[in-house]
Amino acid sequence: MKMSRRDFVKIGGSVVALSLMGNTAAAGTHSFTGYPDRYGMLSDLTRCIGCRRCEAACNKANNLGTPKTSFEDTSVFEEKRRPYVADVGSYTAVNRFEVDGKTVYRKVQCMHCEEPACVSACLVGALQKSPEGPVTWNEKVCIGCRYCITACPFYVPAFEYSSAFDPKIQKCFMCHQRITNGTVPACAEACPVEAITFGKRDKLLKLAWSRIWGEPDKYIDHVYGEREAGGTGWLYVSGVPFSKLDFQMDIGTTAYPELTKDFLSIVNLTLVSWPAVFGGIYLMNHKDKKTHTEEKEVKK
Amino acid sequence: MTDIIETEDLRKTETVEYWINELFFNRLSIKDYVKSLINPFNIVAGIIVLVGLAFIFMRFAFGLEAITDSSNTQAWGLLLGVGLFTGVPFSASGFVMGTAVYIFGLKKYQPVVTNAILLGFLGYLFAVVFLMTDLGRPWRIYYPMILSFGPASVMFLVAWHVALYLSVQALEFSSSAFEWLGIRSLRKLVVGATLGLTIAGIMLSTLHQSALGAMFLLAPGKVHPLWWSSYMPWLFFVSALAAGLVYVILVSKLTQMFMRNRADERYLASLDEITLGIGKACALILFTYVGLRLTSITYENAWGYLQGAYGMWFLVEFLLFALAPLMFFYGVQKKNVGIVQVSALVTMIAIILNRLNTVYITFNWQFPHRELFYWKEVIVVIAVLTIEVLVYRWIVNRMPVLRQHPDFIGEEHG
Repeated sequence: MKMSRRDFVKIGGSVVALSLMGNTAAAGTHSFTGYPDRYGMLSDLTRCIGCRRCEAACNKANNLGTPKTSFEDTSVFEEKRRPYVADVGSYTAVNRFEVDGKTVYRKVQCMHCEEPACVSACLVGALQKSPEGPVTWNEKVCIGCRYCITACPFYVPAFEYSSAFDPKIQKCFMCHQRITNGTVPACAEACPVEAITFGKRDKLLKLAWSRIWGEPDKYIDHVYGEREAGGTGWLYVSGVPFSKLDFQMDIGTTAYPELTKDFLSIVNLTLVSWPAVFGGIYLMNHKDKKTHTEEKEVKK
Repeated sequence: MTDIIETEDLRKTETVEYWINELFFNRLSIKDYVKSLINPFNIVAGIIVLVGLAFIFMRFAFGLEAITDSSNTQAWGLLLGVGLFTGVPFSASGFVMGTAVYIFGLKKYQPVVTNAILLGFLGYLFAVVFLMTDLGRPWRIYYPMILSFGPASVMFLVAWHVALYLSVQALEFSSSAFEWLGIRSLRKLVVGATLGLTIAGIMLSTLHQSALGAMFLLAPGKVHPLWWSSYMPWLFFVSALAAGLVYVILVSKLTQMFMRNRADERYLASLDEITLGIGKACALILFTYVGLRLTSITYENAWGYLQGAYGMWFLVEFLLFALAPLMFFYGVQKKNVGIVQVSALVTMIAIILNRLNTVYITFNWQFPHRELFYWKEVIVVIAVLTIEVLVYRWIVNRMPVLRQHPDFIGEEHG
């Protein structure tokens, strides 16, 4: 009797201890409908003239330095650029497309998702969706694992592979500092044709649809970013199909954190049930043998 | 003690010098020990390790760019593809054999369990070495543990579990180290904790082996549809069970060939029966895996992607997976240890292919041109794996891994 109680305490104790140990890793996401009054941006691709003043303003506002080719040089349109280019140091890029004889320019940068993949990927919480709307990055805690790059469906975050001591994650932060100071992001301020509009996301969505309804022949019936990847802070309206402008068309409308939510929900279940299952099997298996050895000890 | 010592001056046994010789230099003088190290295997291994270390130094001086081809579209290359995502499933050896012996009480497998745990421990240890090489700021590796938490991240779970499980396996294996050092009290302490450690191993392994698959749930458009599936966590877990088991079969065979002098009769005599027993389990596990893989592809409605180069590549991997359980089954039926060992090798190749395909080779499959890796990355991977082999050999040459320590017979775990 005494022995089995000791066994019980031993097993029970380890069960409790192990469950507690595991709980730190137990994690869950929850449904999130977005911070109220969060800001966003609306890019109207029918208005953009490819002047690249947004790029210049962005580099200036974020102290990114000046590139080798000047911002007036249109030869950069020969290739499709990505938002971050190592030797330029840029958070955004304007690319040129020829669609059915029409020249269309598209600005690329972080989409500032409502529920970002990168934020749910970040194991130290360096990337965050701020209540103001921008997706921010905290240099002080980033460990450089680059899971955010693997996870982002828009291929936005970039890493400084040439830096050994201070590699940063580079991407557009929607001028978070300026927004909290009450100023408009630099690119929106610099745009001479109001192709970039800054404002509360819900208002921008209404504005986007009112433009489409106002001139149904000029626009296609799609606000890119309204529902993509669960909705993004940066919205686009266009006169030509988004698929012809290198927009990702296969990402669906599910917010990315949902993809790992089910998996994370089994963490607690496993931590609680395995000790019971395997501890139980052990006891069924070993009780006889234990009493046997105990008997031996008593004889001695 | 042994004959050698009895013929010598007994007072010598008390000196520090003696213990150093006994423990570290295989009872040779330092001069003879260094001489014994010079052989073709060690020279080749030494060169590989030196070149690899030079490249690792370059990486820490000039950034990851110096040795890898990782980019802003493909952030992870061979370092994590091999070191973490392929290394960890094989390191399931420790938890699978530990469960069999200590929980289910399958005494038949007792002779290989210490080796399986050592292989698991080293697998995790070197996964961390690979991770430290690949992390942008490796000096912050402990941040997710104490400083800044991202609990919604699958990688947070992986980080915690790898750290905890590394500690668990270090404790599990420490009993052999304590036997080697002759510290009876500490050994008794860790042996007493065997049950708790084994159950902790099951919990941590189930979750992080599957979590390695779950990490890629966040990249549905990037991993090719024949590999991406919402069942990835479970596919990774089931194949990790097989990986751990075939690793035991194959390393047992290698120890039989190259480390006989470090093994005892009990170990060598039991290997055939153990290999056949594990073979049976592998046949069942792999049948399950193949079934799960087929149904998951059907569930994701991805069979249409069989056309084209990636489809062919998938068939290569899949045929190996489909062949393996049949071979295991046949080998076990015929009681042919050789066939079971070959089946284990086929399984190992299939699992390596599967992991590299998921995390690396088919990643960004929609891009027309992709650069896969930089040759320096390959050298670094080979060098780190070589170090792992050398450390394994160093330990097996000294500690009771393939044999029972004569002073502790009859005091086994659990």
